[in-house]
Amino acid sequence: MMSRAASLRLGIVAIALVALEVACRSGAISDKVLVAPSRMVIAMAELLASGELLPDLEQTFSAVGIALCASVAGGVAAGLALHAMPVVRHALEPYLGAYYAIPHFAFYPLLVVMFGLGVMPLVLLASLFSMVVVIAATLTGLDRVPRVLLKTALLYRMTPWQSFWSIRLPAALPHLLSGVKLAVSYCFIAVIGGEFIMSTSGVGHQIALAYDNFQGARMYGLIVLVLLITVTTNMLLYGYERLAARRRGA
Amino acid sequence: MAAIAIARIRPVQNDPVHAIEARLEGVTRVYPPRGSHPALHALGPVSLELRKGEFFSVVGPSGCGKSTLLDALSGLARPTSGTVEFEGRPVGASVPDGVGVVFQEDSSFPWLTVEENIAFGLRRNGVDAAEVKRRVDYAVGFMGLGNFRQAYPSQLSGGMRQRVCIGRTLVQRPRLILLDEPFGALDQQTRLLMGDELLRLWRETGATVLLITHSLDEAALLSDRIGVMSARPGTFIEVVETAWPRERDSNLAGHADFGAVTAKLWTLLRAESQRAMGLGARP
Repeated sequence: MMSRAASLRLGIVAIALVALEVACRSGAISDKVLVAPSRMVIAMAELLASGELLPDLEQTFSAVGIALCASVAGGVAAGLALHAMPVVRHALEPYLGAYYAIPHFAFYPLLVVMFGLGVMPLVLLASLFSMVVVIAATLTGLDRVPRVLLKTALLYRMTPWQSFWSIRLPAALPHLLSGVKLAVSYCFIAVIGGEFIMSTSGVGHQIALAYDNFQGARMYGLIVLVLLITVTTNMLLYGYERLAARRRGA
Repeated sequence: MAAIAIARIRPVQNDPVHAIEARLEGVTRVYPPRGSHPALHALGPVSLELRKGEFFSVVGPSGCGKSTLLDALSGLARPTSGTVEFEGRPVGASVPDGVGVVFQEDSSFPWLTVEENIAFGLRRNGVDAAEVKRRVDYAVGFMGLGNFRQAYPSQLSGGMRQRVCIGRTLVQRPRLILLDEPFGALDQQTRLLMGDELLRLWRETGATVLLITHSLDEAALLSDRIGVMSARPGTFIEVVETAWPRERDSNLAGHADFGAVTAKLWTLLRAESQRAMGLGARP
Protein backbone atom coordinates (compact mmCIF):
# COMPACT_ATOMS: atom_id res chain seq x y z
CA MET A 1 0.00 0.00 0.00
CA MET A 2 1.45 3.31 -1.08
CA SER A 3 1.51 6.12 1.45
CA ARG A 4 -0.38 9.32 0.73
CA ALA A 5 2.87 11.24 0.41
CA ALA A 6 4.19 8.75 -2.15
CA SER A 7 0.99 8.87 -4.24
CA LEU A 8 1.07 12.66 -4.13
CA ARG A 9 4.73 12.66 -5.17
CA LEU A 10 4.02 10.40 -8.16
CA GLY A 11 0.85 12.33 -8.98
CA ILE A 12 2.69 15.65 -9.22
CA VAL A 13 5.29 14.14 -11.56
CA ALA A 14 2.60 12.48 -13.70
CA ILE A 15 0.58 15.70 -14.05
CA ALA A 16 3.68 17.71 -14.93
CA LEU A 17 4.72 15.13 -17.53
CA VAL A 18 1.29 15.04 -19.17
CA ALA A 19 1.11 18.85 -19.24
CA LEU A 20 4.58 19.03 -20.78
CA GLU A 21 3.70 16.35 -23.34
CA VAL A 22 0.58 18.24 -24.37
CA ALA A 23 2.40 21.59 -24.49
CA CYS A 24 5.18 20.18 -26.68
CA ARG A 25 2.95 18.12 -28.99
CA SER A 26 0.55 21.03 -29.54
CA GLY A 27 3.42 23.29 -30.50
CA ALA A 28 2.97 25.66 -27.55
CA ILE A 29 6.59 24.92 -26.71
CA SER A 30 8.96 24.82 -29.67
CA ASP A 31 10.90 21.58 -30.08
CA LYS A 32 14.04 23.69 -30.38
CA VAL A 33 13.57 24.58 -26.70
CA LEU A 34 12.16 21.41 -25.20
CA VAL A 35 11.08 18.08 -26.65
CA ALA A 36 8.10 16.07 -25.47
CA PRO A 37 8.87 13.70 -22.58
CA SER A 38 7.87 10.69 -24.68
CA ARG A 39 10.48 11.68 -27.29
CA MET A 40 13.08 12.08 -24.52
CA VAL A 41 12.40 8.53 -23.33
CA ILE A 42 12.42 7.10 -26.86
CA ALA A 43 15.70 8.88 -27.62
CA MET A 44 17.18 7.49 -24.41
CA ALA A 45 16.01 3.96 -25.22
CA GLU A 46 17.46 4.18 -28.74
CA LEU A 47 20.77 5.43 -27.41
CA LEU A 48 20.96 2.61 -24.90
CA ALA A 49 19.89 -0.01 -27.45
CA SER A 50 22.47 1.12 -30.02
CA GLY A 51 25.26 0.54 -27.52
CA GLU A 52 27.15 3.61 -28.75
CA LEU A 53 26.88 5.14 -25.28
CA LEU A 54 28.62 2.29 -23.48
CA PRO A 55 32.15 3.76 -23.44
CA ASP A 56 30.78 7.10 -22.21
CA LEU A 57 28.70 5.47 -19.50
CA GLU A 58 31.70 3.46 -18.45
CA GLN A 59 33.88 6.56 -18.16
CA THR A 60 31.31 8.61 -16.27
CA PHE A 61 30.46 5.84 -13.85
CA SER A 62 34.01 4.82 -13.16
CA ALA A 63 34.91 8.46 -12.52
CA VAL A 64 31.92 8.86 -10.16
CA GLY A 65 32.69 5.54 -8.45
CA ILE A 66 36.36 6.28 -7.89
CA ALA A 67 35.64 9.85 -6.78
CA LEU A 68 32.95 8.66 -4.36
CA CYS A 69 35.26 6.07 -2.79
CA ALA A 70 38.02 8.65 -2.49
CA SER A 71 35.79 11.30 -1.00
CA VAL A 72 34.15 8.93 1.51
CA ALA A 73 37.46 7.39 2.59
CA GLY A 74 39.26 10.75 2.63
CA GLY A 75 36.32 12.57 4.21
CA VAL A 76 35.89 10.05 7.03
CA ALA A 77 39.64 9.98 7.67
CA ALA A 78 39.89 13.78 7.66
CA GLY A 79 36.76 14.05 9.84
CA LEU A 80 38.23 11.59 12.32
CA ALA A 81 41.56 13.44 12.39
CA LEU A 82 39.87 16.82 12.89
CA HIS A 83 37.69 15.36 15.62
CA ALA A 84 40.78 14.13 17.41
CA MET A 85 42.45 17.55 17.17
CA PRO A 86 39.93 20.08 18.50
CA VAL A 87 42.29 23.05 18.15
CA VAL A 88 42.97 22.36 14.47
CA ARG A 89 39.27 21.78 13.94
CA HIS A 90 38.41 25.05 15.61
CA ALA A 91 40.94 26.84 13.40
CA LEU A 92 39.67 25.26 10.17
CA GLU A 93 35.92 25.29 10.79
CA PRO A 94 35.25 28.71 9.17
CA TYR A 95 37.06 27.57 6.02
CA LEU A 96 35.09 24.34 5.89
CA GLY A 97 31.90 26.35 6.27
CA ALA A 98 32.85 28.66 3.38
CA TYR A 99 34.13 25.81 1.20
CA TYR A 100 31.10 25.61 -1.07
CA ALA A 101 31.43 29.27 -1.98
CA ILE A 102 34.52 28.32 -4.01
CA PRO A 103 33.79 28.02 -7.76
CA HIS A 104 35.31 24.54 -8.06
CA PHE A 105 34.66 24.28 -11.78
CA ALA A 106 36.98 27.21 -12.41
CA PHE A 107 39.83 24.91 -11.41
CA TYR A 108 38.82 22.14 -13.79
CA PRO A 109 40.70 23.52 -16.82
CA LEU A 110 43.77 23.85 -14.60
CA LEU A 111 43.40 20.20 -13.58
CA VAL A 112 43.13 19.25 -17.26
CA VAL A 113 46.34 21.13 -17.97
CA MET A 114 48.05 19.36 -15.11
CA PHE A 115 46.74 15.83 -15.65
CA GLY A 116 45.57 15.78 -19.25
CA LEU A 117 42.11 14.98 -20.56
CA GLY A 118 40.71 11.78 -19.10
CA VAL A 119 39.37 10.32 -15.90
CA MET A 120 42.03 11.77 -13.57
CA PRO A 121 41.03 15.47 -13.56
CA LEU A 122 37.35 14.47 -13.32
CA VAL A 123 38.02 12.23 -10.32
CA LEU A 124 40.04 14.97 -8.66
CA LEU A 125 37.39 17.60 -9.25
CA ALA A 126 34.59 15.34 -8.01
CA SER A 127 36.40 14.13 -4.91
CA LEU A 128 37.52 17.62 -3.92
CA PHE A 129 34.00 18.88 -4.52
CA SER A 130 32.26 16.16 -2.49
CA MET A 131 34.76 15.48 0.29
CA VAL A 132 33.79 18.36 2.56
CA VAL A 133 30.18 17.21 2.97
CA VAL A 134 31.56 13.86 4.13
CA ILE A 135 33.94 15.62 6.55
CA ALA A 136 31.08 17.69 7.96
CA ALA A 137 28.83 14.64 8.31
CA THR A 138 31.62 12.66 9.99
CA LEU A 139 32.23 15.46 12.50
CA THR A 140 28.51 15.76 13.31
CA GLY A 141 28.25 11.98 13.68
CA LEU A 142 31.27 11.72 15.97
CA ASP A 143 30.09 14.68 18.06
CA ARG A 144 26.84 12.88 18.75
CA VAL A 145 28.21 9.54 19.88
CA PRO A 146 26.83 9.21 23.42
CA ARG A 147 29.56 9.55 26.05
CA VAL A 148 28.38 6.41 27.77
CA LEU A 149 29.28 4.38 24.66
CA LEU A 150 32.81 5.80 24.75
CA LYS A 151 33.02 4.78 28.40
CA THR A 152 31.86 1.33 27.33
CA ALA A 153 34.79 1.18 24.91
CA LEU A 154 37.09 1.79 27.89
CA LEU A 155 35.38 -1.05 29.76
CA TYR A 156 36.30 -3.42 26.96
CA ARG A 157 39.85 -2.04 27.01
CA MET A 158 39.64 -1.09 23.35
CA THR A 159 42.47 0.70 21.60
CA PRO A 160 41.42 4.00 19.99
CA TRP A 161 41.36 2.21 16.64
CA GLN A 162 39.14 -0.63 17.91
CA SER A 163 36.82 1.84 19.57
CA PHE A 164 36.54 3.68 16.25
CA TRP A 165 35.65 0.54 14.27
CA SER A 166 33.43 -1.17 16.81
CA ILE A 167 31.69 1.76 18.47
CA ARG A 168 32.23 5.24 17.11
CA LEU A 169 31.80 4.42 13.44
CA PRO A 170 28.58 2.39 13.81
CA ALA A 171 27.22 4.95 16.28
CA ALA A 172 27.96 7.78 13.82
CA LEU A 173 26.66 5.85 10.81
CA PRO A 174 23.27 7.56 10.41
CA HIS A 175 24.95 10.97 10.06
CA LEU A 176 27.62 9.51 7.85
CA LEU A 177 25.00 8.07 5.49
CA SER A 178 23.45 11.50 5.03
CA GLY A 179 26.90 12.74 4.03
CA VAL A 180 27.39 9.85 1.59
CA LYS A 181 24.01 10.52 -0.02
CA LEU A 182 25.00 14.12 -0.65
CA ALA A 183 28.44 13.03 -1.85
CA VAL A 184 26.82 10.78 -4.51
CA SER A 185 24.95 13.76 -5.95
CA TYR A 186 28.00 16.00 -5.71
CA CYS A 187 30.15 13.45 -7.55
CA PHE A 188 27.64 13.18 -10.39
CA ILE A 189 27.40 16.96 -10.62
CA ALA A 190 31.17 17.38 -10.73
CA VAL A 191 31.92 14.56 -13.18
CA ILE A 192 29.13 15.38 -15.63
CA GLY A 193 29.78 19.10 -15.26
CA GLY A 194 33.49 18.57 -15.92
CA GLU A 195 32.79 16.42 -18.96
CA PHE A 196 30.35 19.03 -20.19
CA ILE A 197 32.94 21.81 -19.97
CA MET A 198 35.91 20.00 -21.46
CA SER A 199 36.25 16.34 -22.34
CA THR A 200 36.43 13.98 -25.29
CA SER A 201 34.07 11.37 -23.90
CA GLY A 202 31.63 10.67 -21.08
CA VAL A 203 27.91 11.27 -20.62
CA GLY A 204 28.48 14.98 -19.92
CA HIS A 205 30.48 15.29 -23.14
CA GLN A 206 27.68 13.58 -25.11
CA ILE A 207 25.17 16.04 -23.62
CA ALA A 208 27.38 18.97 -24.66
CA LEU A 209 27.81 17.48 -28.15
CA ALA A 210 24.06 17.03 -28.64
CA TYR A 211 23.52 20.56 -27.34
CA ASP A 212 26.02 22.04 -29.79
CA ASN A 213 24.45 20.11 -32.69
CA PHE A 214 20.84 21.08 -31.90
CA GLN A 215 19.94 17.43 -31.21
CA GLY A 216 17.26 18.25 -28.64
CA ALA A 217 15.79 14.77 -28.27
CA ARG A 218 19.24 13.21 -27.85
CA MET A 219 20.33 15.82 -25.30
CA TYR A 220 17.19 15.46 -23.21
CA GLY A 221 17.33 11.68 -23.52
CA LEU A 222 20.78 11.77 -21.98
CA ILE A 223 19.64 14.10 -19.20
CA VAL A 224 16.73 11.77 -18.41
CA LEU A 225 19.17 8.88 -18.25
CA VAL A 226 21.38 10.75 -15.77
CA LEU A 227 18.32 11.67 -13.72
CA LEU A 228 17.09 8.08 -13.63
CA ILE A 229 20.47 6.80 -12.49
CA THR A 230 20.98 9.39 -9.75
CA VAL A 231 17.44 9.06 -8.46
CA THR A 232 17.78 5.27 -8.33
CA THR A 233 21.11 5.46 -6.51
CA ASN A 234 19.71 7.91 -4.01
CA MET A 235 16.56 5.83 -3.48
CA LEU A 236 18.69 2.76 -2.74
CA LEU A 237 20.74 4.70 -0.21
CA TYR A 238 17.59 6.22 1.23
CA GLY A 239 16.07 2.75 1.60
CA TYR A 240 19.14 1.49 3.40
CA GLU A 241 19.16 4.57 5.62
CA ARG A 242 15.52 4.01 6.52
CA LEU A 243 16.18 0.38 7.35
CA ALA A 244 19.09 1.34 9.61
CA ALA A 245 17.05 4.14 11.19
CA ARG A 246 14.09 1.88 11.89
CA ARG A 247 16.33 -0.49 13.82
CA ARG A 248 17.56 2.38 15.91
CA GLY A 249 14.04 3.60 16.51
CA ALA A 250 14.66 6.89 14.74
CA MET B 1 11.69 -13.96 57.58
CA ALA B 2 14.45 -14.64 60.05
CA ALA B 3 14.99 -12.26 62.89
CA ILE B 4 16.93 -9.26 61.73
CA ALA B 5 19.29 -7.33 63.90
CA ILE B 6 18.64 -3.63 64.07
CA ALA B 7 20.96 -1.61 61.87
CA ARG B 8 24.36 -1.11 63.36
CA ILE B 9 26.71 1.63 62.47
CA ARG B 10 30.44 1.32 62.29
CA PRO B 11 33.17 3.36 60.78
CA VAL B 12 35.18 1.91 57.91
CA GLN B 13 38.14 0.04 59.29
CA ASN B 14 40.45 -2.79 58.48
CA ASP B 15 38.48 -5.94 58.73
CA PRO B 16 40.45 -9.08 59.62
CA VAL B 17 37.37 -11.36 59.55
CA HIS B 18 36.26 -10.99 55.93
CA ALA B 19 38.18 -11.62 52.72
CA ILE B 20 38.63 -8.35 50.87
CA GLU B 21 37.64 -8.12 47.19
CA ALA B 22 38.61 -4.52 46.53
CA ARG B 23 40.23 -1.76 48.49
CA LEU B 24 40.44 2.01 48.16
CA GLU B 25 42.98 3.83 50.30
CA GLY B 26 43.20 7.58 50.63
CA VAL B 27 41.70 8.04 47.18
CA THR B 28 41.12 11.62 46.05
CA ARG B 29 40.15 13.12 42.74
CA VAL B 30 40.86 16.73 41.92
CA TYR B 31 39.88 17.96 38.47
CA PRO B 32 42.48 20.46 37.25
CA PRO B 33 41.35 24.00 36.39
CA ARG B 34 39.98 24.36 32.85
CA GLY B 35 39.46 27.72 31.21
CA SER B 36 37.49 29.88 33.60
CA HIS B 37 36.64 26.91 35.85
CA PRO B 38 38.82 26.65 38.96
CA ALA B 39 40.19 23.28 40.11
CA LEU B 40 37.47 21.07 41.57
CA HIS B 41 38.12 18.78 44.51
CA ALA B 42 35.46 16.17 43.72
CA LEU B 43 36.29 13.28 45.98
CA GLY B 44 38.04 12.15 49.07
CA PRO B 45 40.16 11.22 50.62
CA VAL B 46 38.12 8.03 50.86
CA SER B 47 39.09 4.60 52.09
CA LEU B 48 36.90 1.57 51.67
CA GLU B 49 37.20 -2.18 51.85
CA LEU B 50 34.68 -4.20 49.90
CA ARG B 51 34.24 -7.65 51.42
CA LYS B 52 34.16 -10.58 49.06
CA GLY B 53 30.58 -11.41 48.11
CA GLU B 54 28.88 -8.49 49.85
CA PHE B 55 26.27 -6.12 48.48
CA PHE B 56 27.51 -2.62 49.21
CA SER B 57 25.62 0.53 48.32
CA VAL B 58 26.83 4.10 48.26
CA VAL B 59 24.44 6.97 48.94
CA GLY B 60 25.25 10.63 49.17
CA PRO B 61 24.06 14.07 48.15
CA SER B 62 24.13 15.04 44.47
CA GLY B 63 27.58 15.89 43.19
CA CYS B 64 29.39 14.31 46.11
CA GLY B 65 31.65 12.24 43.87
CA LYS B 66 29.83 8.89 43.87
CA SER B 67 30.44 8.35 40.17
CA THR B 68 34.02 9.55 40.53
CA LEU B 69 34.44 6.89 43.22
CA LEU B 70 33.15 4.26 40.81
CA ASP B 71 35.43 5.49 38.04
CA ALA B 72 38.44 5.15 40.36
CA LEU B 73 37.41 1.72 41.62
CA SER B 74 36.80 0.37 38.11
CA GLY B 75 39.98 1.78 36.58
CA LEU B 76 37.95 3.96 34.18
CA ALA B 77 39.76 7.03 35.55
CA ARG B 78 42.86 7.28 37.67
CA PRO B 79 42.53 8.94 41.07
CA THR B 80 44.63 12.03 41.77
CA SER B 81 46.12 10.33 44.79
CA GLY B 82 45.65 7.16 46.79
CA THR B 83 45.65 3.51 45.80
CA VAL B 84 43.04 1.16 44.41
CA GLU B 85 43.31 -2.60 44.61
CA PHE B 86 41.19 -5.37 43.16
CA GLU B 87 41.83 -8.91 44.38
CA GLY B 88 45.08 -7.75 45.91
CA ARG B 89 46.47 -6.27 42.68
CA PRO B 90 46.71 -2.53 42.06
CA VAL B 91 44.19 -1.13 39.57
CA GLY B 92 46.00 0.89 36.92
CA ALA B 93 44.75 2.91 34.02
CA SER B 94 42.47 0.20 32.61
CA VAL B 95 39.55 -1.89 33.81
CA PRO B 96 40.85 -5.18 35.27
CA ASP B 97 39.52 -8.56 34.19
CA GLY B 98 36.71 -9.63 36.46
CA VAL B 99 35.26 -6.16 36.93
CA GLY B 100 31.93 -5.35 35.26
CA VAL B 101 30.30 -1.93 35.16
CA VAL B 102 26.70 -0.93 34.44
CA PHE B 103 26.02 2.76 33.85
CA GLN B 104 22.96 4.85 34.55
CA GLU B 105 22.53 5.84 30.91
CA ASP B 106 21.44 3.25 28.41
CA SER B 107 24.68 1.91 27.01
CA SER B 108 23.24 -0.77 24.73
CA PHE B 109 24.45 -0.55 21.15
CA PRO B 110 21.49 0.58 19.02
CA TRP B 111 22.88 -1.09 15.89
CA LEU B 112 23.03 -4.57 17.43
CA THR B 113 20.24 -6.96 18.41
CA VAL B 114 19.74 -7.92 22.04
CA GLU B 115 21.63 -11.14 21.44
CA GLU B 116 24.52 -9.42 19.66
CA ASN B 117 24.68 -6.79 22.39
CA ILE B 118 25.00 -9.44 25.07
CA ALA B 119 27.58 -11.42 23.09
CA PHE B 120 29.61 -8.30 22.23
CA GLY B 121 32.37 -8.60 24.84
CA LEU B 122 32.69 -12.37 24.50
CA ARG B 123 33.09 -12.21 20.73
CA ARG B 124 35.68 -9.48 21.11
CA ASN B 125 37.65 -11.69 23.47
CA GLY B 126 37.55 -14.54 20.97
CA VAL B 127 35.50 -16.88 23.15
CA ASP B 128 34.47 -19.84 20.94
CA ALA B 129 31.02 -19.81 19.39
CA ALA B 130 29.55 -22.67 21.40
CA GLU B 131 30.58 -21.08 24.68
CA VAL B 132 29.26 -17.68 23.56
CA LYS B 133 25.91 -19.27 22.76
CA ARG B 134 25.79 -21.07 26.11
CA ARG B 135 26.54 -17.92 28.09
CA VAL B 136 24.22 -15.73 26.03
CA ASP B 137 21.40 -18.27 26.42
CA TYR B 138 21.94 -18.19 30.17
CA ALA B 139 22.01 -14.39 30.36
CA VAL B 140 18.99 -14.01 28.07
CA GLY B 141 17.06 -16.48 30.23
CA PHE B 142 18.23 -14.93 33.46
CA MET B 143 17.31 -11.40 32.43
CA GLY B 144 13.93 -12.47 30.99
CA LEU B 145 14.82 -11.37 27.46
CA GLY B 146 13.87 -14.67 25.79
CA ASN B 147 11.22 -13.13 23.55
CA PHE B 148 13.45 -10.25 22.50
CA ARG B 149 16.64 -11.95 21.35
CA GLN B 150 16.38 -10.57 17.82
CA ALA B 151 14.91 -7.20 18.85
CA TYR B 152 16.87 -3.97 18.61
CA PRO B 153 17.19 -1.80 21.74
CA SER B 154 14.91 0.84 20.21
CA GLN B 155 12.08 -1.70 20.33
CA LEU B 156 12.51 -2.18 24.09
CA SER B 157 11.48 -0.16 27.13
CA GLY B 158 14.06 1.58 29.32
CA GLY B 159 13.95 -1.23 31.88
CA MET B 160 14.47 -3.90 29.23
CA ARG B 161 17.41 -2.01 27.75
CA GLN B 162 19.01 -1.82 31.17
CA ARG B 163 18.53 -5.60 31.42
CA VAL B 164 20.42 -5.93 28.15
CA CYS B 165 23.28 -3.89 29.65
CA ILE B 166 23.27 -6.00 32.81
CA GLY B 167 23.17 -9.15 30.64
CA ARG B 168 26.14 -7.89 28.67
CA THR B 169 28.06 -7.51 31.94
CA LEU B 170 26.81 -10.81 33.35
CA VAL B 171 28.14 -12.99 30.48
CA GLN B 172 31.66 -11.79 31.26
CA ARG B 173 31.29 -13.47 34.67
CA PRO B 174 32.55 -10.51 36.68
CA ARG B 175 33.63 -11.08 40.27
CA LEU B 176 33.03 -7.43 41.09
CA ILE B 177 29.99 -5.70 39.61
CA LEU B 178 29.84 -1.90 39.84
CA LEU B 179 26.53 -0.26 39.12
CA ASP B 180 26.22 3.51 38.75
CA GLU B 181 22.57 4.36 39.44
CA PRO B 182 21.47 1.74 36.94
CA PHE B 183 17.77 2.19 37.70
CA GLY B 184 17.88 5.97 37.99
CA ALA B 185 15.82 6.50 34.85
CA LEU B 186 13.17 3.88 35.63
CA ASP B 187 9.79 4.22 37.32
CA GLN B 188 9.36 3.12 40.95
CA GLN B 189 7.68 -0.26 40.25
CA THR B 190 10.25 -1.21 37.62
CA ARG B 191 13.00 -0.14 40.02
CA LEU B 192 11.72 -2.46 42.74
CA LEU B 193 11.49 -5.41 40.36
CA MET B 194 14.92 -4.69 38.88
CA GLY B 195 16.24 -4.55 42.43
CA ASP B 196 14.89 -8.05 43.04
CA GLU B 197 16.61 -9.27 39.90
CA LEU B 198 19.82 -7.66 40.97
CA LEU B 199 19.61 -9.50 44.30
CA ARG B 200 18.98 -12.77 42.46
CA LEU B 201 21.95 -12.10 40.20
CA TRP B 202 24.11 -11.29 43.19
CA ARG B 203 23.09 -14.50 44.98
CA GLU B 204 23.52 -16.76 41.96
CA THR B 205 26.85 -15.39 40.77
CA GLY B 206 28.39 -14.90 44.20
CA ALA B 207 29.90 -11.67 42.88
CA THR B 208 30.65 -8.65 45.02
CA VAL B 209 28.30 -5.79 44.16
CA LEU B 210 28.81 -2.07 44.61
CA LEU B 211 25.69 -0.08 43.82
CA ILE B 212 25.61 3.68 43.59
CA THR B 213 22.13 5.02 44.10
CA HIS B 214 20.35 8.18 45.10
CA SER B 215 17.42 6.19 46.44
CA LEU B 216 17.68 5.57 50.17
CA ASP B 217 14.92 2.94 49.93
CA GLU B 218 16.82 1.06 47.27
CA ALA B 219 20.01 1.11 49.32
CA ALA B 220 18.19 0.01 52.47
CA LEU B 221 16.37 -2.84 50.69
CA LEU B 222 19.24 -4.32 48.74
CA SER B 223 22.42 -3.88 50.71
CA ASP B 224 24.46 -5.66 53.33
CA ARG B 225 26.25 -2.41 54.01
CA ILE B 226 25.58 1.15 52.95
CA GLY B 227 28.29 3.78 52.75
CA VAL B 228 26.94 7.26 53.41
CA MET B 229 28.93 10.02 51.78
CA SER B 230 29.30 13.66 52.72
CA ALA B 231 28.76 16.61 50.39
CA ARG B 232 31.61 17.43 47.97
CA PRO B 233 34.40 16.58 48.32
CA GLY B 234 32.79 13.26 49.22
CA THR B 235 34.09 11.15 52.06
CA PHE B 236 32.39 8.34 53.95
CA ILE B 237 30.62 9.69 57.04
CA GLU B 238 29.35 6.32 58.18
CA VAL B 239 28.88 2.78 57.00
CA VAL B 240 25.50 1.37 58.00
CA GLU B 241 25.16 -2.40 58.28
CA THR B 242 21.74 -3.96 57.68
CA ALA B 243 22.12 -7.62 58.64
CA TRP B 244 19.52 -8.79 56.09
CA PRO B 245 19.61 -12.51 55.27
CA ARG B 246 21.18 -13.43 51.92
CA GLU B 247 17.80 -14.73 50.70
CA ARG B 248 15.79 -11.53 50.45
CA ASP B 249 13.67 -9.47 48.10
CA SER B 250 11.65 -6.28 47.91
CA ASN B 251 9.11 -7.70 50.37
CA LEU B 252 11.56 -6.45 52.99
CA ALA B 253 9.90 -3.09 52.41
CA GLY B 254 7.23 -4.22 54.85
CA HIS B 255 9.75 -5.10 57.55
CA ALA B 256 10.05 -2.82 60.56
CA ASP B 257 13.84 -2.67 60.26
CA PHE B 258 13.56 -1.36 56.71
CA GLY B 259 12.02 1.83 58.03
CA ALA B 260 14.70 2.02 60.71
CA VAL B 261 17.52 1.70 58.17
CA THR B 262 15.99 4.26 55.81
CA ALA B 263 15.42 6.67 58.70
CA LYS B 264 19.00 6.20 59.85
CA LEU B 265 20.30 6.95 56.34
CA TRP B 266 18.19 10.08 56.10
CA THR B 267 19.33 11.31 59.52
CA LEU B 268 22.92 10.98 58.33
CA LEU B 269 22.27 12.53 54.95
CA ARG B 270 19.92 15.38 55.73
CA ALA B 271 22.50 17.92 56.81
CA GLU B 272 24.85 16.88 53.99
CA SER B 273 22.14 17.24 51.36
CA GLN B 274 21.33 20.70 52.67
CA ARG B 275 25.01 21.56 52.48
CA ALA B 276 25.14 20.27 48.89
CA MET B 277 22.16 22.45 47.98
CA GLY B 278 23.83 25.48 49.49
CA LEU B 279 21.45 25.63 52.46
CA GLY B 280 22.74 25.90 56.02
CA ALA B 281 22.18 22.79 58.13
CA ARG B 282 19.15 23.34 60.27
CA PRO B 283 18.04 21.26 63.27
